[in-house]
Amino acid sequence: MIETFAALSQGFLIALTPANLLFALVGVLLGTAVGVLPGIGPALTVALLLPVTFKLDPAGSLIMFAGIYYGGMYGGSTTSILINAPGESASMITALEGNRMAKAGRGGPALATAAIGSFVAGTIATVGLALFAPQLVEVAIGFGPADYFALMVLAFVTVSATFGASPLRGMTSLFLGLFLGLVGIDSLTGQTRLTFGVPELVDGIEITTLAVGLFAVGEALHVASRRLHATDELVPVRGSLWMSREDWRRSWKPWLRGSLLGFPIGALPAGGAEIPTFLSYAVERRLTKHPDQFGQGAIEGVAGPEAANNASAAGTLMPLLTLGLPTSATAAIMLAGFQQYGLNPGPLLFVERPDLVWGLIASLFVANAMLLVLNLPLVGLWVRMLAIPQPWLYAGILVFSAMGTVATNPSPVELAMLLVFGLLGFGMRRFDYPIAPMIVGLILGPLAEAQLRRALAMSLGDPTVLVGSPVAVVLLALAAVALLAPLLFRGLARFQAAED
Amino acid sequence: MMPSNRTPRVDVAALAVGLGLLAASAMLFLDTAGMTVTAVYGIGPKAMPYAVGGGLALLGLLHLLAAVRDGLPRPDPMDAASVAWMISGLAGLIACVAFGFGFILAAAVAFTATARAFGRRALLADGALGLGMGLGIYLIFTKLLTLTLPQGPLERLF
Repeated sequence: MIETFAALSQGFLIALTPANLLFALVGVLLGTAVGVLPGIGPALTVALLLPVTFKLDPAGSLIMFAGIYYGGMYGGSTTSILINAPGESASMITALEGNRMAKAGRGGPALATAAIGSFVAGTIATVGLALFAPQLVEVAIGFGPADYFALMVLAFVTVSATFGASPLRGMTSLFLGLFLGLVGIDSLTGQTRLTFGVPELVDGIEITTLAVGLFAVGEALHVASRRLHATDELVPVRGSLWMSREDWRRSWKPWLRGSLLGFPIGALPAGGAEIPTFLSYAVERRLTKHPDQFGQGAIEGVAGPEAANNASAAGTLMPLLTLGLPTSATAAIMLAGFQQYGLNPGPLLFVERPDLVWGLIASLFVANAMLLVLNLPLVGLWVRMLAIPQPWLYAGILVFSAMGTVATNPSPVELAMLLVFGLLGFGMRRFDYPIAPMIVGLILGPLAEAQLRRALAMSLGDPTVLVGSPVAVVLLALAAVALLAPLLFRGLARFQAAED
Repeated sequence: MMPSNRTPRVDVAALAVGLGLLAASAMLFLDTAGMTVTAVYGIGPKAMPYAVGGGLALLGLLHLLAAVRDGLPRPDPMDAASVAWMISGLAGLIACVAFGFGFILAAAVAFTATARAFGRRALLADGALGLGMGLGIYLIFTKLLTLTLPQGPLERLF
């Protein structure tokens, strides 16, 4: 413990030098500026800005990275709230509730609770990263493939049973996502699936194309189709941009719960920030005193998931730094950032370059504090985007969506997929299908399949391995309960209604 | 859910979704059946497609059942002209990129058509705005961020 504090203060000595403070500031500003563009989340932000850091020394470069990472996260949540175009899957929940809040004229408090929640969660999670890395990683190492598979099954069920009014429509959305997740090369055998000879499909469906299509294009089509009803228009922000006492009262517990959910789950190598944000949303939806507001813009539904998102983002750094194991797209790109200097994250890096590791951890604190100081006063600037006339706003969103798509993969086929996903998202909005399960299915489907096959390969095909560990049994039992409970309750409610 | 609203007619939307899901399931089964896979330990690359295909088929059947029972929620009437404008804008954007007119023109086409979908009539002004936006994005992305965007005659001027 004392050694950790000594190492961390050494890290702060490195992070607080004027040059490194400047790198952190530039990273934070660049990350926010790019991250606020629709269709561009932290992963793409980090990828876009990776070349900028080529000329710097490793410490400065990694510190700038920390700023870009956190800045991109902040920018992404801003965009999600203001125009419902999440750049990445983990801020989808922020888009769900936050965008509804913005539409209801409460964009200011939504942005503020996201920003302060991000700061709170980032700080808690970075403390956790510094203190608990060895212990928590040991727990995660104990997980076998069967345990991961069970964890993913649980996430599938909670996501499709939690969102939307109907389990049928939720499961349909999930299975469409699983279907899309099958497209491309099977990672274990090299077999192509569902590619129909189209080269663009061999690498699989881009998550960004699906998310931008379903959210940005689908939303634009939906709003255009209901234009004459004039019920769904963007409402300029009225009243205070700041959180009221009531908002604070409703936000602080979700911030803490989100942090406590996000950090441990993010630290487990189980697929990044999606699970904790969805779980946090589910938890807040269950615990809230205002269940009627969920789906209509509940502040708890922004505060909790946004904190979980940031905490788990810091959590993913734990397996990355201590094991060299990237568990999210952003972490994978950061690994590439390490490797450009010939550095291999892992236990050895803590021994050989403690200055780098602890300088990076300390600069996470610095970047977090900078974002709070810089961006809360700038909230008003982002809110002003709502003053753009609706035709130009949606025309701009469409152009940005196309830009994000061709920047990922400059091909007309990718744009055609964007249009197809846009039409799908439009249809799903019209008939009240939840969109989140589909994106979760696309992301987690291939991971779940890989874990399932790894587990069965290790057991030489014996399926009892799937319930061979207490962790897996508990997780699968929870999944079964989560799947059956809504149906049972519904049947019970119907039965009671028939009695009356 | 209200029995008084229930009509003997079939819900067309639920029927269409159900048939679509069955079609997707069939596509998946056909694609998977066509695979030639060498033996592996445990389960191979065919198992997951069959599981997902089975799930899609089940959901498709449940939608057919829903079509003759509750159906899907009834949406508001659609402003078809607006939707058509937006889709043609996106189609124009794809065509511009596919036939080598470049990102800037593509952006201008999509921008103008979408603005029209939302009721704007000043096509020339919107077109100019779209061109400017496309140009700005192009310059930032290619010069500042060194990203590749589709090239065309306008892009070659810079």
